[in-house]
Amino acid sequence: MEPQTIIARRIARELTPGMLVNLGIGIPTLVANFLPAGLQVFFQSENGLIGTGAPPEEGMAHPMLTDAAGRPVTALPGASTFDSATSFGLIRGGHLDLTVLGGLQVDQAGRLANWMIPDKMVPGMGGAMDLVTGAKRVIVAMQHTAKGAAKIVKTCTLPVTSTRAVDLVVTELAVIAFPDGCATLLETGPGISPAQVAAATEAELEIPPHVPEMAL
Amino acid sequence: MRTRSLAHTVAVIPDGASLMIGGFMAVGTPERIIDEIVRQKKHDLTVIANDTAMPGKGIGKLVDAKLVRKLIASHIGLNPETQRQMTAGELAVELVPQGTLIERIRAGGHGLGGVLTPTGIGTLAAKGKQIIAVEGKDYLLETALRADFALVQAFLADYLGNLSYALTARNFNPVMAMAAKTVIVSADHIMPTGVLPPDQVVTPAPIVDYLVANS
Repeated sequence: MEPQTIIARRIARELTPGMLVNLGIGIPTLVANFLPAGLQVFFQSENGLIGTGAPPEEGMAHPMLTDAAGRPVTALPGASTFDSATSFGLIRGGHLDLTVLGGLQVDQAGRLANWMIPDKMVPGMGGAMDLVTGAKRVIVAMQHTAKGAAKIVKTCTLPVTSTRAVDLVVTELAVIAFPDGCATLLETGPGISPAQVAAATEAELEIPPHVPEMAL
Repeated sequence: MRTRSLAHTVAVIPDGASLMIGGFMAVGTPERIIDEIVRQKKHDLTVIANDTAMPGKGIGKLVDAKLVRKLIASHIGLNPETQRQMTAGELAVELVPQGTLIERIRAGGHGLGGVLTPTGIGTLAAKGKQIIAVEGKDYLLETALRADFALVQAFLADYLGNLSYALTARNFNPVMAMAAKTVIVSADHIMPTGVLPPDQVVTPAPIVDYLVANS
């Protein structure tokens, strides 16, 4: 299974009926493809939509119905639209149950860096800082390493997105949480041992005696 | 409220003006007004907007034509030309978290001096900003934003200037309409007064200054 598929399928299991969820660009977007049939969740696009549906069939796109990347989407029955102040009021005001975001680095206390690489990539933070600060639960969806380099590190060398610790990091190798500010291995990826996770992780990782393999 | 031709409306914008421009990745951006600003070569503009879309689209056309001197936005990642001009020192860019940007604009339009937000505390976005503790929690003081002009794209406008918006083309538009000295509106459809039910009016007519006539 592709790393992205493992990550998205595992995160899909965190969604429960009735949740208001915001999915970031990249691997997070894939999570919507792996929801159990019949599970009703509300997906928010921060450009002003709740009830975001799958991309429209060819020839059916509406130029004024798009996601936060500007791509055409559909609106499910029961959808609503609103201005950007309301959209970020939902995010910052504690109304958003879950956000799933990509990551560049996460430190061992769970702080996320995902919005810039100084002198290389300065796209602007968009909604990322508000999402990490305001969502009730934050899950980071990312590959465990980048070109062999650890992304779960002792201290972020990249500028952080928020000082708030994320709740869960899901990679193709592991599910990691941060109880009491300590990176803790909760699950391993398919066919992966805790020792393999530790070897690919720079952060100090708490490894409990029994670590189950993630169910997909 | 005055209804004027596109060329006459854009002629009221001086060089060096500050413009709030609605839209999110060019969805809900008044393209006709942008095209006319480019044609009339209004320059040294300050633009306040969520993003600069991409080259050749929406606000990206102003960047392509090098008409923007200063930009306040939340995201420029999909416009390499904006990033190039920023890196080359040709364009001053202030990057603001999106939720903070819309609230600064809302504050400007609602007579507030600014807002207190937890977003950005402990990050680069807090640089140079005052931190205020309220009931034991730290917030950044983010000051209000206003502009000389708001360029707004509506879906429906009636002859008086009452406005409603469509789907995700609403985004920054109604908030910006409150926060500028002069509000210029382009609408997908101009309808006789009375067609728009009062409950569907999002932006009330008295705050609109110019409605761009159909060509």
